[in-house]
Amino acid sequence: MALAIGCRAKPGKSRDNKTGSWRVFKPVFDKEKCTKCGLCMTLCPEGCIHETDEEFVEPDYTYCKGCGICAEECPGEGIAMLQEEK
Amino acid sequence: MLEIVEGSHAVAEAVKLCRPQVVSAYPITPQTHIVEALADMVANCQLDADYITVENELSALSACIGASAAGSRVYSATTSQGLALMFEVCFNAAGMRLPIVMTIANRALGAPLSIWNDQQDSISLRDSGWLQFYAEDNQEATDLHFIAYKVCEDHSVLLPAMVCFDGFILSHVYEPVDMLSQEDVDRYLPPFNPYQRLDAADPISFGMYATPDYYHEFRYEIDNAAKRAKEVIQKAGKEFGTMFGRDYSALVEGYRLDDAETAIVAMGSICGTIKDAIDEMRAEGRKVGLLKIRVFRPFPSEEIAQALSNVKRVAVLDKDISLGAKGAVAIEVRDALYGSVTPVKGYVLGLGGRDVRKKDIKEIVSLVEKGVGDQFFGLRRELL
Repeated sequence: MALAIGCRAKPGKSRDNKTGSWRVFKPVFDKEKCTKCGLCMTLCPEGCIHETDEEFVEPDYTYCKGCGICAEECPGEGIAMLQEEK
Repeated sequence: MLEIVEGSHAVAEAVKLCRPQVVSAYPITPQTHIVEALADMVANCQLDADYITVENELSALSACIGASAAGSRVYSATTSQGLALMFEVCFNAAGMRLPIVMTIANRALGAPLSIWNDQQDSISLRDSGWLQFYAEDNQEATDLHFIAYKVCEDHSVLLPAMVCFDGFILSHVYEPVDMLSQEDVDRYLPPFNPYQRLDAADPISFGMYATPDYYHEFRYEIDNAAKRAKEVIQKAGKEFGTMFGRDYSALVEGYRLDDAETAIVAMGSICGTIKDAIDEMRAEGRKVGLLKIRVFRPFPSEEIAQALSNVKRVAVLDKDISLGAKGAVAIEVRDALYGSVTPVKGYVLGLGGRDVRKKDIKEIVSLVEKGVGDQFFGLRRELL
């Protein structure tokens, strides 16, 4: 595919760009410790943490860069950052 | 019509005739008279453009980027520290492929502070992707603006351009300039036809980020566009010549070069002094000629190699210095002549407004004949 002149792009490019591949540490959520306070959803800079059907929260690993802000901020210390195995 | 006019006002008049829709600039010596004149024209309804006043040059060129992306013909002007402040924005304008035209009234860069002429400012942005034209006199400075818009806006180029003319030496000098009429310019330069434009109904972003998988190729494409500009400049310059009698199709221009043994290579207003010095040296039987570089980007390597193929030696004059190396023009002329046995010597001179006189040119010719060069010329040894 030819490059768009001047690197010009239609909206929605951040959806195409799967930033999950950047991740070195992966946030793993502990259902037992989660109080559903929603702080992780609010503070995630990628906006990729969402509620599941079971009223639990989980990140979208397609876009989660593994920054660790959710784990740092979780009041119940319910998120562990585990090294990715690649 | 021939008018006696100050260089800056001639440029402002030429810009007006190009019908820019947006002008954004910040005054700085010795460029101020240009944008001052344009501001007057907008205020007096002689120019139907938005004049965006800003707090500094970084904002001026940023405003130009937005306006150009929105589909307007755009103009700015600056010099020296102002251009340095635009550094980041210059690269973005080229990368976004926006055909902005900006006049540079060449001036030295601080420190030490100097408001006087050399060409360090625009030379320092030679890697930015902007086309660079250098004018010898105010007629050329004026005409190059029409050509610059025509070339930049060509869809096979789509790059911004700097039209450079020496601060004070040209910008503040009154000399006769043959000014085109509005009808002439309208015949030569059609309205801006943007390749793409910002449109709220069909949103698009310019200059998005490129990962290592793509960035390399984007730079290659910008370089290709700059190289394609060569042919577009030749065509636009020839068309200008056919219509108005002044042919700018050549990227480099020889003066008494055909049978010359010593060639001087230079850019800008110094070429006028060199031509006079050459006439005097020719009268004494010295076979000296000039090769004037009018277009520094894209760099006309093949044209230079061709023009200098029969000379015995070359002296390159630089009003700039790549500190720790040599003058930029000398470096590139030597590169153009790589593989040839012709010696090329560089002379850095006239920095920060130091006058260059005919006797200096003659002295340089004597030096290059002796094989002495690659030096700062005209140093005041008593200060060192």
